[in-house]
Amino acid sequence: MIGFLLRRGLLLLPTFLGVTAIAFALIHLIPGDPLEMMAGERGMDPARHARMMAELGFDRPLWQQYLGYLGDLLHGDLGRSINTRQPVLGEFLTLFPATVELSLAAMLIATLVGLPVGILAAVRRGTLFDHGVMGVSLAGYSMPIFWWALLLILLFSVQLGWTPVSGRISVMFYVEPVTGFLLIDTLLAGDVDAFLSALHHLVLPAIVLGTIPLAVIARMTRSAMLEVIREDYIRAARARGLSPLRVIGVHALRNALIPVVTVIGLQTGTLLAGAILTETIFAWPGVGKWLIDSIARRDYPAVQGGILLVAAVVMAVNLAVDLLYGLINPRIRHGR
Amino acid sequence: MAAERPGEPQVPAATVPAGSFAAGSHEALQEIEAVLPAPPAPWRENWRHFRANPGAFAGLIVIVVLIALALAAPWIAPHAPDAQYRDALLKPPAWSAGGDPRFWLGTDDVGRDLLSRLLFGARLSLAVGCIVVTLSLGAGIVLGLVAGFARGVVDALIMRLMDVMLALPSLLLAIAIVAVLGPSLVNAMVAIAIVVLPHYVRLTRAAVLAELSKDYVTASELAGAGRLRQMFVNVLPNCLAPLIVQATLGFSSAILDAAALGFLGLGAQPPTPEWGTMLADARQFIQRAWWVVSFPGLAILITVLAFNLMGDGLRDALDPRLKR
Repeated sequence: MIGFLLRRGLLLLPTFLGVTAIAFALIHLIPGDPLEMMAGERGMDPARHARMMAELGFDRPLWQQYLGYLGDLLHGDLGRSINTRQPVLGEFLTLFPATVELSLAAMLIATLVGLPVGILAAVRRGTLFDHGVMGVSLAGYSMPIFWWALLLILLFSVQLGWTPVSGRISVMFYVEPVTGFLLIDTLLAGDVDAFLSALHHLVLPAIVLGTIPLAVIARMTRSAMLEVIREDYIRAARARGLSPLRVIGVHALRNALIPVVTVIGLQTGTLLAGAILTETIFAWPGVGKWLIDSIARRDYPAVQGGILLVAAVVMAVNLAVDLLYGLINPRIRHGR
Repeated sequence: MAAERPGEPQVPAATVPAGSFAAGSHEALQEIEAVLPAPPAPWRENWRHFRANPGAFAGLIVIVVLIALALAAPWIAPHAPDAQYRDALLKPPAWSAGGDPRFWLGTDDVGRDLLSRLLFGARLSLAVGCIVVTLSLGAGIVLGLVAGFARGVVDALIMRLMDVMLALPSLLLAIAIVAVLGPSLVNAMVAIAIVVLPHYVRLTRAAVLAELSKDYVTASELAGAGRLRQMFVNVLPNCLAPLIVQATLGFSSAILDAAALGFLGLGAQPPTPEWGTMLADARQFIQRAWWVVSFPGLAILITVLAFNLMGDGLRDALDPRLKR
């Protein structure tokens, strides 16, 4: 297992190196030199310009700059935001829990609804329910989620007034950040009202972000289940007189889950991309909104660092899914 | 995986004269052929599969209607997409209370007719889909063919680059590219075309590798077909089925991503009647005017759904592995 883990980890290195090259190239492809955009409107005289170029190392050949950039990365230095003058890594880490909280909630909704619906659709194959699920999930898969978010706000926030329109928690509450997850921090502080407020704010964005994964999981569960149900061992289990619930819920589900887990994991990239849209609409203070704001401010170090970190997260999750896949599917582990 | 096998004796192509197995019973064979219906042409069989799928057929019809509407937009749109009617700001749709019969779907905040803007928006969205798919399909086919035929270092380089691109969430990479190029509809299309490239490259390469081991490739190579002829005339047509499916699905993701970029302010800029950009403009009126928020999104959903339905149907019809 350790060898398996190491090998998979090593395979990621060249890919990650490629991502750093893309992130590096990004900032050097921008027309004009990097100092120009740092100076902004004020401008600077040529002497100061030349001195700053030398000071920041922008006069060196590109490959030297890239090596220097890699060296900085190894020390955890992703540069400083032009806007706040704070280290990019620190900013990212402060905002990241908000995105994780939102993504986990979205994934929870998607799994809790998508799995049972997919199983039921497979068991009742060809019925009205099955066709309905397939139709709705295709619509969910095709949904422009930024519009979906606006529709839900229109219904639940504007018409019914059930949920707040934006933010993570009502401004009336202040919670000392411990974990960065508001749902946990409010409970740690013992403040039930604040917890409910945070939950209230979380529901709508989580539903929006969970919509596409929900559709994908439902479709995947259905097709995996249909595949498994045909197998002989299921017929054998039925013949032994086991209850339908046990046959489906234990015997069939265990094998049907294997591809589903992979799909859930592979949705992380989609989820983070969706988080960019969802966070922008709901003014959710996570890394997605931060990235878009940074682009609008032309804060290139922040954009560069953010893209690199998001890519790192996606790759780490994909690696974890790979490992989990080996764990729940012994055929892969032994057959490597 | 080399196509030629030098050690084996080469079988002359024409040792068996065509039709010789039926030499003794030529008439009998003709009789049988007269009774049996002619085998359906491959495209006809695919069409039958496609027709049998009501969702896919519905998708096709919606797409045809959309294309017709988009082409006819300058003639059928009741108003110019940028004409501002100062006396009719934020008018609700014609059928609801306070509606103006001149504006079927109502007007936006500066008095522009929503229906006309949606019709012209259809031109943009379909053009975006067309251009993105053409760019990415063209580049993807060339890169995939090169990788598949060249193998070795070239193959490894191309495929590792594609892996890197796949490691980034596509919308994020598109946003990054637009951030560098500057926000505009053209740059958004370029960004989306780059982002979806890996899918086409991988599909083409996989299909090429599967074809290269087949006898007809060896045969045409022996017949003296050049590298380019092998690539584009002999092998490529046999790799098209998965690419057609991917291209159809690529339409929907291109339209969706372009709208998302427009919504984020990174795609088409106002006052262009692009659906995503229209939604971004409409956000601030969400409390007062449901129609400016609802209709552009509905247009995106219907278009994307139609392409997804058709793509699924094409996959079932064209992909022999999934044929039941």
